[in-house]
Amino acid sequence: MVMSIIGFSMPVNAQPPQTVIQNVQAKLKKVKNYVATGRMKTNVIFIKAPIAKVKVYYKSPNLLQIKNESGISFIPKGAININLNSIFVDPDGFDLIDMGKDASTSWRVIKLLPKDENANIVLSTLYIDTKNWLIQKATTTTKENGTYELRMTYGKYADWGLADKVVFRFNTENYKLPKGITFDYDDGSDNKTNSQLKKKKGELIINYSSYVINKGLPDTVFQ
Amino acid sequence: MFWQLLTIELKKIFKRPRTYIAFGAILVIVFLIQIAIKYDGKSYFDLLLNNLSGSFEFDDDFKHKFINGYLICFVILNTLLIQMPLLVALVAGDAIAGEANMGTLRLSLTKPVSRTEYMIVKFVASFIYTIALLVLMAIFALLGSMFIFGTNDMVVLRSEGIELIKQSDVLWRYLAAFGYAAIALTTVSAIAFLFSVLAENSIGPIIATMSIVLVFTILSQMNIPFYDDTIKPYLFTTHTVAWKGFFYVKADASGTTINGSIENLPAIMRSLGILVMYIFVFFGIATWIFNKKDILT
Repeated sequence: MVMSIIGFSMPVNAQPPQTVIQNVQAKLKKVKNYVATGRMKTNVIFIKAPIAKVKVYYKSPNLLQIKNESGISFIPKGAININLNSIFVDPDGFDLIDMGKDASTSWRVIKLLPKDENANIVLSTLYIDTKNWLIQKATTTTKENGTYELRMTYGKYADWGLADKVVFRFNTENYKLPKGITFDYDDGSDNKTNSQLKKKKGELIINYSSYVINKGLPDTVFQ
Repeated sequence: MFWQLLTIELKKIFKRPRTYIAFGAILVIVFLIQIAIKYDGKSYFDLLLNNLSGSFEFDDDFKHKFINGYLICFVILNTLLIQMPLLVALVAGDAIAGEANMGTLRLSLTKPVSRTEYMIVKFVASFIYTIALLVLMAIFALLGSMFIFGTNDMVVLRSEGIELIKQSDVLWRYLAAFGYAAIALTTVSAIAFLFSVLAENSIGPIIATMSIVLVFTILSQMNIPFYDDTIKPYLFTTHTVAWKGFFYVKADASGTTINGSIENLPAIMRSLGILVMYIFVFFGIATWIFNKKDILT
């Protein structure tokens, strides 16, 4: 039923969404595991943090771990979604809706609707570069953690479907601790206003410098 | 003569058993906090970061790194620097009043020193005692916690934000904070010293100093707009917590911290200046009164 509706909105010479997804998936499936090295920036209104050197461990189908081995980093929930393969763990579990091409970028826009009503993901929207079979942008709405947005910039690892830069936008909650606990020193600095603190989007930006691909990875890394 | 007198005063202070109550109290508090966090640190962690658990992944590895020696020392300083004025007042409040109570003040002044010199010696002795307390605290709260919990990046929780400081950027901040705490506690010492000149026994100055510290601390921490601009800027207790300013890091527009930076150093220096001014004022008044006083005991 869904696909028949889609049929009308598709351009005549466009490939069906299943084929687009299959091509993207085929590229991503070449990667069984990787260890990526990069620099991570957490950009949240109420957190001041240094840029961290991180290692990102991935093992197919959906194990992902971001580790700051020399210090502490605040990793947002849902960061596992920076691994695009996590979307395709169950490729048959979604209905596809073809939204045609994005007017400004010419990326193909495909929506994924989970068949399981109890699934945490409510809706995923993928923006796919069909020349290179790369996902450039993904928006995922979940029941528990709101909406995530993922933007990728590709470079030398594009053949593997791996990005050089990932920007992960996520929802944050309000942060507030009673002054009776913190005993703050009021140094008169530019305190953030309540409206600034209620800005509920945060960003995790990872710039990858290298990937070690398909060299094997024990499960213990993810425990 | 100055050094001779100072040595005598220090011997007096450190021969008194009550002096060691303060050292013992610090060790017990530090030890109790360390034990509690060592065995139930995760509950403490949950209490602090509970309202962010929906947005961020706090796995065991994160909690283990978060609860490190630098954070524990910060927690201890947060707790102890509010209580330490009592311990400082125990000695400074007793400096002159104790001599008067024992009837040795007049005898002490028969030595060939001016009353002003005598006051300076007494005050310097109290200052050295304060430094000794802080050194003990630095050893057990900082070095002890580093030994027990290890080191990692330091998370500073403020009322409206979180600061994450790289571990290589932490130690100098503690040095500066302990230095600042020495001045802050010396301010309390100067108040107790002033009351000590006015009294004939040491209980009065100690209780009076503690009452002032207590009332001023409550006023400083209350968020009542009427007091914010009228009274708070003039209370020394508003400025005694400025040691924390060394742990507030400057950040660029995107929130990336700048290593080695302090968010508002001029504010800390202004607070420091106010405390130093209070020390001179209290000590000056105490010396002036003492010089005018008819010493009968």
